[in-house]
Amino acid sequence: MSGRRAIVTVPKQAKRGEVIEIKTLAQHAMETGYRRTQEGVAIARDIIRTFVCTYNGAEVFRMELHPAIAANPLIAFSTVATESGTLEFKWSGDNGYTVTETAGITVV
Amino acid sequence: MMDRRGFLLFTSILFLGNAHATPAQMQAAMRKVLGGATPRPGKVKLEIAPLIDNGNTVPLSVSVDSPMTSAEHVKAIHVFTEKNPQPNVLSVRLGPRAGRASVSTRVRLADSQTVHAIAELSDGSFWSGSADVVVTVSACLEDGFI
Repeated sequence: MSGRRAIVTVPKQAKRGEVIEIKTLAQHAMETGYRRTQEGVAIARDIIRTFVCTYNGAEVFRMELHPAIAANPLIAFSTVATESGTLEFKWSGDNGYTVTETAGITVV
Repeated sequence: MMDRRGFLLFTSILFLGNAHATPAQMQAAMRKVLGGATPRPGKVKLEIAPLIDNGNTVPLSVSVDSPMTSAEHVKAIHVFTEKNPQPNVLSVRLGPRAGRASVSTRVRLADSQTVHAIAELSDGSFWSGSADVVVTVSACLEDGFI
């Protein structure tokens, strides 16, 4: 794992009360901790443990990830467009991994 | 003297036997979530292709039938497998602000098995859904050694 990148897709504009789709993708190998090298040395686990989405500071969605989540985790979910503001996405995991992304939304 | 077939069988048991969770371990992981409650079948829709070529990235979505109002909504969704090294796959916490009780992601599947999902509703009830999948290339086998 070299980079710490993440992509989020959030509509720029939505009607008040509309349910919007959010897609997120984080760059991460999600090393399970169950693999071994050819020499038989166990490869330590290194995964993203949690993902949290907050909407103007209030938590709207949270996911706990386990080694069964594929590399470069894709997480798609929905939220209600309540007011204009900022959505914040935070991934955190083993070995001090943290990535934060934000996206603005205008609610009309 | 062990023949070729016997050797293959023996080694596959040696390498895979211990690495996989058992349905009993999955039940234990479910009990942790349920806390004594019994889930009723229904409301939970677990979508996953019935036949999977590559167990390393398997699209999976779970949706729960709920109006998602503050009075009646889904509080949590959990996904479990019976044959991965660890029974837990994901746990989601959500509420009325999610609008819809659904989540999509990509998972790893070690073997052909039944994948289970449990939803916890705001009234304290639990509902479950499951899907049977056939995996031709396992996530664990293919890159067990690098």
